[in-house]
Amino acid sequence: MAEISMTVNGRKVTGTVEDRTLLVHFLRENQGLTGTHVGCDTSQCGACVVHLDGKAVKSCTMLAAQASGSQVLTIEGLAEGGELHPVQAAFKEHHGLQCGFCTPGMIMAAVDMIRRHPQGLDEKTVRAELEGNICRCTGYHNIVKAVLAASEAMSGKAKAA
Amino acid sequence: MGIEGIGARVARKEDKRFLTGLGRYVDDMVVPGMKHAVFVRSPHAHAAIKSIDTKKAKAMPGIIGVLTGAELKTDGIGNLICGWMIHSKDGTPMKMGAYSGLATDRVRYVGEAVAVVVAETRGQARDAAEAVEIDYEEMPAVTDAVKALEKGAPQLHPEAENNLIYDWEIGDASAVDQALDGAAHVTRMKLVNNRLVPNAMEPRAALGHYDKAEDHFTLWTTSQNPHVARLVMSAFYNVAPENKLRVIAPDVGGGFGSKIYVYPEEIVCLWASKKTGVPVKWVADRTESFLTDAHGRDHHTEVSLGFDADNRMVALKVDTIANFGGYMSLFSSCVPTYLYATLLSGQYAIPAIHCNVRAVYTNTAPVDAYRGAGRPEATYLLERTVETAARELGVSPADLRRKNFIREFPYQTPVIMNYDAGDYEASLDAAMREADYAGFPARRDEAKKRGKLRGIGMSCYIEACGIAPSQAVGSLGAGVGLWESAEVRVNAAGTIEVLTGSHSHGQGHETTFAQVVASRFGVPLEQVSIVHGDTDKVQMGMGTYGSRSGAVGASAIVKALDKVEAKAKKIAAHLLEADESDIVIENGEAKVAGTDRTLPWFQVALAAYTAHNLPEGMEPGLKEGAFYDPTNFTFPAGCYIAEVEVDPETGHTDVVQFVASDDFGNIINPLIVEGQVHGGLAQGIGQALLEGCHYDPTSGQLVTASYMDYTMPRAGDLPSFQVSTTNTPCPGNPLGVKGCGEAGAIGSPPAIINAITDAIGNNDLSMPATPQKVWAAMRRNQ
Amino acid sequence: MHQTTYHRASSVSEAVKLLNDADDGKYVAGGQTLIPTMKQRLAAPSDLVDLRHIADLKGIEVSGDKVKIGAAATHAEVAENAALAKACPALCHLATHIGDPHVRHMGTIGGSIANNDPAADYPAALLALAATVHTNKREISADDFFVDLFETALEDDEIITAVSFTVPEKAGYGKFPNPASRYALTGVFVARRADGVRAAVTGAGENGVFRAEAIEKALSSSFDASALDGVTIPADGLMTDIHASAEYRANLIAVMAKRAVQAANG
Repeated sequence: MAEISMTVNGRKVTGTVEDRTLLVHFLRENQGLTGTHVGCDTSQCGACVVHLDGKAVKSCTMLAAQASGSQVLTIEGLAEGGELHPVQAAFKEHHGLQCGFCTPGMIMAAVDMIRRHPQGLDEKTVRAELEGNICRCTGYHNIVKAVLAASEAMSGKAKAA
Repeated sequence: MGIEGIGARVARKEDKRFLTGLGRYVDDMVVPGMKHAVFVRSPHAHAAIKSIDTKKAKAMPGIIGVLTGAELKTDGIGNLICGWMIHSKDGTPMKMGAYSGLATDRVRYVGEAVAVVVAETRGQARDAAEAVEIDYEEMPAVTDAVKALEKGAPQLHPEAENNLIYDWEIGDASAVDQALDGAAHVTRMKLVNNRLVPNAMEPRAALGHYDKAEDHFTLWTTSQNPHVARLVMSAFYNVAPENKLRVIAPDVGGGFGSKIYVYPEEIVCLWASKKTGVPVKWVADRTESFLTDAHGRDHHTEVSLGFDADNRMVALKVDTIANFGGYMSLFSSCVPTYLYATLLSGQYAIPAIHCNVRAVYTNTAPVDAYRGAGRPEATYLLERTVETAARELGVSPADLRRKNFIREFPYQTPVIMNYDAGDYEASLDAAMREADYAGFPARRDEAKKRGKLRGIGMSCYIEACGIAPSQAVGSLGAGVGLWESAEVRVNAAGTIEVLTGSHSHGQGHETTFAQVVASRFGVPLEQVSIVHGDTDKVQMGMGTYGSRSGAVGASAIVKALDKVEAKAKKIAAHLLEADESDIVIENGEAKVAGTDRTLPWFQVALAAYTAHNLPEGMEPGLKEGAFYDPTNFTFPAGCYIAEVEVDPETGHTDVVQFVASDDFGNIINPLIVEGQVHGGLAQGIGQALLEGCHYDPTSGQLVTASYMDYTMPRAGDLPSFQVSTTNTPCPGNPLGVKGCGEAGAIGSPPAIINAITDAIGNNDLSMPATPQKVWAAMRRNQ
Repeated sequence: MHQTTYHRASSVSEAVKLLNDADDGKYVAGGQTLIPTMKQRLAAPSDLVDLRHIADLKGIEVSGDKVKIGAAATHAEVAENAALAKACPALCHLATHIGDPHVRHMGTIGGSIANNDPAADYPAALLALAATVHTNKREISADDFFVDLFETALEDDEIITAVSFTVPEKAGYGKFPNPASRYALTGVFVARRADGVRAAVTGAGENGVFRAEAIEKALSSSFDASALDGVTIPADGLMTDIHASAEYRANLIAVMAKRAVQAANG
């Protein structure tokens, strides 16, 4: 068994888990954070994306023990107060989700993408950057729209600040 | 329409929980004492089971139980069935082989469940599943339906000689043959509609809980139709009587057909919960989903389409072999018959049509309805054939279609369907305008300068959704009715709950249905809640599939709203001392027409529940239910135009433009309708370009059993879509709506293949048109 | 996943000791291949020794015409490194096309080459760049390092510490991704160096990454895509699977080589 500790959504958490426990299962089963999903076995669908020390990673492709000592941000920790994060708000406004299953990973990926492209994004880049996130419902059309809108809103906000 | 009512582009009410990680899917459910199930699955496509030894597995750490099919049988759990009876043309009923929830003596496809392990943790269950010792005697396998019909092919079920489930026909064969004989031109094609794996992003899951105190079962499951699941499990599988079985389908992460059916795992989790005394949860991993979710399509078809000297269609002859997999799934039999052959007239006036369908067992996963279900297969064959005919006849594909369009409605096709309304030319014109069809040659020349082969292709589809009416489908063999139910509960303070038998797994019912209600009374959307997916809350319903929720589900709501409104008017008239016929309810109040006398909506509701001052003899309360059984299908139709660029060096295809012009009748929420079209298009383009389910023909192993080998459409594979609508309201239902859930998947594959074959100048190309296949087709040109 | 025991090493020597103390241990770096393989129960190491926190394995240095990349450098770090982008942009370009953004945040160059997946991208680059693989025991030339499918010259407890190479005059990478997995269906890395042209092919060979002599020969006379006109690659020894026949891969080798040269020539 592995003793692990990490900061999840700003809260220090500890746990004793089998060494083989994946980070996603630690989050879902030990921490009750079921917003992070598992959609495949081969590290491709991206439903499990969380931020590890500020970067998007696939929590199904990492042992909880590997993440011990790190800062983890999940979909549940994204909105501050009662306000949706600008990416979440853009997904709602542009209907960038249907069944909602890929949505948490999609949003965590989008937040990471926008962070890495402070100069802004275009459609081609967004589509290429979504390589690691599969959605079966939306045909990506409105997801792309939402990410572009959020990127614009966030850079506008950054400029204003 | 108002800002929130019918027709308004309202952002979805249900989004917030999904956006913040608070959606509740089956795998998110935790019941005290819950344990985990892992299924032991057949590694062979076809084998006899000589023995099953669970002793070693049972002795492993954390194991609560290891159960087999023999025990399932002993406990009286019935075999899985197909619920739609099809008769062969010789009058004999379809030949259904026995399908046990856990195989006992023989396995017929890789992944078939043989035993189940229940353990403290999923890891322990999987460890023990590997320790279950099964002695198999391998048998030869056949995965291809055409080969399965050949002499000497491996035989799957003793009930089905030559693996033939049924040999069914529709239409007038001799009229068709005669017309083809006399035709000025006949276009003949052999087409394969590739097998697909639905791939809802949420894998299937089930949590069965037997409550000994109440002798009562609860199943949380990934279902598109929990009531149908309960009915089937009670009436046919003997799991528990309906009053002792509650089925809950909470948030469900996509279905596309694959979550209509009752699967072995759901039955086994319930049964195993009683057997082991613990709640039992099973969650599929992705490879299990590939192996065991019902697949879609898989047709081999020969088609002949005859024209007279004036290029008018005279007859269509279709001969299809449909692969059903190792067992008949719940609604499999109706897909290549009543959902396929009945749509073969397309948008065209074809005087004679005949279709023969042979349904065949093979050593592959069961095949059933997948987004579009039969209609994509019909559309693909017709629209590929029409496009090919235009090339052979040397006429423009648009003109050939235009010349043959049905223009007067209602129109009775030779294959049952009676089209109620449509304007095919309007959608063709709109699509050609939007696509700048006339400007294509210039774009092709410009692409050539960049070294790319540019092609254009169109597809004019029709589909039928809201499958109905119950009496008619009953006469065609359906085992269930195809109505929908609704209950509208106005609470004492005026908020409204709508209980619906439809199920939302991404379609946005919590918003669109609420819009229907908000429109009626002018109450704010947030005061309307939609309740669905729980057999304890909603009395009975048929669920969501076949793009039926708007046309059938919302119509039931309208019917219930009519009753509520009538009663509310009576109450308001009584309180306002006016004549009932003078009362109008709008903008959240009841008022006497032509006066300033009003009563807020909540006071009408309150009056119904205080019952202090109701009309003489009126029952208290304001709650009404309704069942709606449509009188006909609805017939969405449209025109899709694809433009592609092919890299001649690699065969890679880029979809550079995709225009969809659909006729969905009246639209409740355009934002959601567009989203449905986008998603359908992605699946259709996926079928055309990327997705192909591949079994090794010798071993019967599924080669495409993960996303490493099965190509899911990703964002970079698709363009942004240009979608618009040209609507003719449906005359058959109160909202005038059609259905929009499947159109994209139905209409797009032939448009893509027509465009690629146009680009490369070779018509011999099958789906999925992978780079390798396109490259090979170009080489054959040389 | 089978049971395993996780260890985190803070130095190379500690990692070696942890591995040698284990029954059937394995090093894990980013884990982007190993963890999925373990999840599918295709690998079942008794112990996992995590190298991700060893400071000595990190960093990317470019000095003069020498490049040295720490084995624990992630694909994202290689893709985004400004000095490397000047010295050998083709390698940054290659790293940008490995997996997806999330995988690139975890996956490492050391882990990738140690695994030597026949469809991985880095092996082509290292072979074409005549790179040197540095381990805790020795230096191994890329020519000797990649042995066969999933097989390298590494001993069981040997740890890759870095890879180094001399900056090429020009280099480019042409990749045709597998439509499903996005690994290389065929990838060709070409490099013009003072001592000649090298072209290495990944994703196509039955025995993993290999050098394409016909391409090297054609490009040696003229490092221009047109030099490859008429060069055909035999299909012998190339893989056939559901995504691509050997013949198709042979075609892709020639086409991707051209595109790599075009990229190299800017």
